[in-house]
Amino acid sequence: MTSFRLNGHDVSVDVPDDTPLLWVIRDEIGLTGTKFGCGIGMCGACTVHVGGRATRSCITPVSAVQGAEITTIEGLDPAGAHPVQEAWKDLQVPQCGYCQSGQIMQAASLLHDYPQPTDEDIDAVMGGSLCRCMTYIRIRDAIKKAAAATRGEPSNG
Amino acid sequence: MIGRTAILRLAAGAVGLGAVAGAGFLAYALHPAIAPIAPPAATSFPAESVERGRVLAAGGYCAECHTRRDGQPGIPLAGDYAMATPFGTIYSSNITPDAQTGIGRWSLAAFTRAMRYGVSRDGANLFPAFPFDHFTHMTDGDIADVYAYLMAQKPVHSVKRENTLPFPFDLRILQAGWKLMFLHPGAYRNDPAHDAQWNRGAYLAEGLSHCSACHTPRNAMGAEKASAPYDGAPVDNWIAPPLNAANPTPVTWTEDEFFQYLRYGVAPLHGSAAGPMSPVVHGGLSEMPEADVHAIAHYLANIDHADARQPGDARHLTAAMATSTRDLTTPQTSDPDARLYQGACSACHANTGARPVLGRPELALNNALWLSEPTNLYQVILRGIGTEEGQAGITMPSFYHALTDADLARLAAYLRRTRTTLPPWTDLEKKAAAVRATLPAPPVAASH
Repeated sequence: MTSFRLNGHDVSVDVPDDTPLLWVIRDEIGLTGTKFGCGIGMCGACTVHVGGRATRSCITPVSAVQGAEITTIEGLDPAGAHPVQEAWKDLQVPQCGYCQSGQIMQAASLLHDYPQPTDEDIDAVMGGSLCRCMTYIRIRDAIKKAAAATRGEPSNG
Repeated sequence: MIGRTAILRLAAGAVGLGAVAGAGFLAYALHPAIAPIAPPAATSFPAESVERGRVLAAGGYCAECHTRRDGQPGIPLAGDYAMATPFGTIYSSNITPDAQTGIGRWSLAAFTRAMRYGVSRDGANLFPAFPFDHFTHMTDGDIADVYAYLMAQKPVHSVKRENTLPFPFDLRILQAGWKLMFLHPGAYRNDPAHDAQWNRGAYLAEGLSHCSACHTPRNAMGAEKASAPYDGAPVDNWIAPPLNAANPTPVTWTEDEFFQYLRYGVAPLHGSAAGPMSPVVHGGLSEMPEADVHAIAHYLANIDHADARQPGDARHLTAAMATSTRDLTTPQTSDPDARLYQGACSACHANTGARPVLGRPELALNNALWLSEPTNLYQVILRGIGTEEGQAGITMPSFYHALTDADLARLAAYLRRTRTTLPPWTDLEKKAAAVRATLPAPPVAASH
C-alpha cells in the first residue's frame, strides 16, 4: 500500500511497489491528462510534479513517492488557468497536443526555478521534452509570455 | 548501513590466535556468562532515559542493521538482517526485550559489556560486524539510556537465521584475537587541544554514529586502517566517499555543507544523501538534537581541513557551473552522448545560474562524478531516489529499464569528460553491468 497526496487529495493505492507512477495515475486513479510517450523517461510526455519538481512518472516506481505531494496537469490550477496554460491557449501552442501536458508541467517547474527564463534557461531545462510536431518556437514564446504574466507585465502576445 | 561490510574482520581471528598463543590468550578470550535476569517491566525505566535512548538509538542506526530487509521485512529491532560477507552471511540478532530470542534477560551490565567489549551475555565473543569498536567509546550513561530504550520496546519473538560462516570463521573465540589487535576499549576522552563542540562531534562521530565504519578503508583483517582514517571505502556496492582532504569534489565540504547534508539530506553545493547514507540521515541523525548534528559537522569540517581549502571554492564553483549547460544550448550539438544526457538527465540537472537551484542537483559538483569509480553514479541512475531518501519529498526516477549498460557507460564517460577535470573512468560498460547485477529489477514501463 502506497499513500500520497494527488492534486490535494489523499490517495492510497494497493498495487505492487514496482508499478510505475504513471500507471497508477492513469489506470488506478483515472486521471488521463498525463500521457505515456516513450516509457523510458526520454520524452517528457509523462511529466508530473513530485514535491514541486518535474518528474518523469513512467519510470518512477510508485513506492518511491510514499508520502509525496504529487500534482498532475489536472491539478496544476483549479480552473486550468495557470499562467503557462493561459499562454498555451493564447498562442495556440499545441498541434497534435499529445506532449502538451508534459510540456506544461515541465514549463511550470522551469518558471519556479527561473522566473524570468532566457533562451538558454529554456533550452537547458526543456530539452528533454520532445514535441514531434515541432512546436518548439511557440513553446518558447509561451513560456516567456507566462513569465511576463506572472510578473504582471502587459503582453502583446 | 554502518558496519555491514565489516566482515573481513572475521579473518582476523585466525591471525590473532597465532599471534598470542596459549593460555594467556584463552584467559583473554574466555568470558564468564553474566547471570540472566527476569525481564524488567518497560515501565521500570524512567521516561527521560527511554527518550534519550530513543534519540541515541536513532543516532547509532541500531534499527538499520537489526531489522530484516530481505524477503518478508521484519519488525524493527527484531534482527535477522542479512549481512553478506566474503565468508558467508551473518544475520543480526534480535535486540527487542524478548526473553527467549531477544535481550530480555540481559542486565545492564551484560548490555554494557557487549557495547564496550563485544561480548554476549553468555560470554561468547560477538562478531565485529557489530561495531562495538565504536560503541566502546560511548559513556556509561549513554549506553544505559540505549539499554532503557531497547528494554522498553515491545518484545518480539523472532529467531534469526543461522549464520552461514564456514569453519573456522564461525569460531567466536577467534574474534578475541581481532579485539586484541583492533579494539581500544573505553569511553571517549576529551582532547584538550580542541573546544567542547569539536569534542562533542568527535564523541558522536567516532562512537555512537560510527562514521568511519563506512568511510575508512579496512585492512586485510577487516579492521579500519589506522593509517588512512576517512579515506573513503566501498560499502554495500556503493562508495563511501573520503571525508578528509582527499575528498575530490570541487567545492569544500564546509561545516555548513555537512550540517545541511546530515540534517536535511542535501548539501546545496554537493548533492543529496542516497543509498546507504539516506537512512543515516532520515530516521538517524535527523532525530538527534540540532546542536549534536552541528557538532558532528564541526568535527568533520576539521578533518576535512575545510578552512584551508575554502579559499578556492568560489573559483571552483564558477568553473563547475560553467559546465552545467554545456551542449544543451545554442549551438545545438549532434554528439549522441550529449543528446542522451539531454534526453534523460538535463531537465532536472541543468543549472544556468551561478549556484545550483535547490532540488536541481548539479552533477559537476557531485561526488558521483568525481570519485575514482562510477559506482555511485550508476547506483543512483539505476535505482533512482525515493521521496523518503535524499532531499525529502522529491524523487528521481529509476532508469533501470530505460538505459542499457552501454547507455550508462556513455553517460558516465560523457559526464566525466565534460563535467570534471579528472581522467576518464575505465571498463565502464562492465562496471555498469556489475552494479546492475546487485539490484533487484524495478518496474518495466512498457505499454500494456
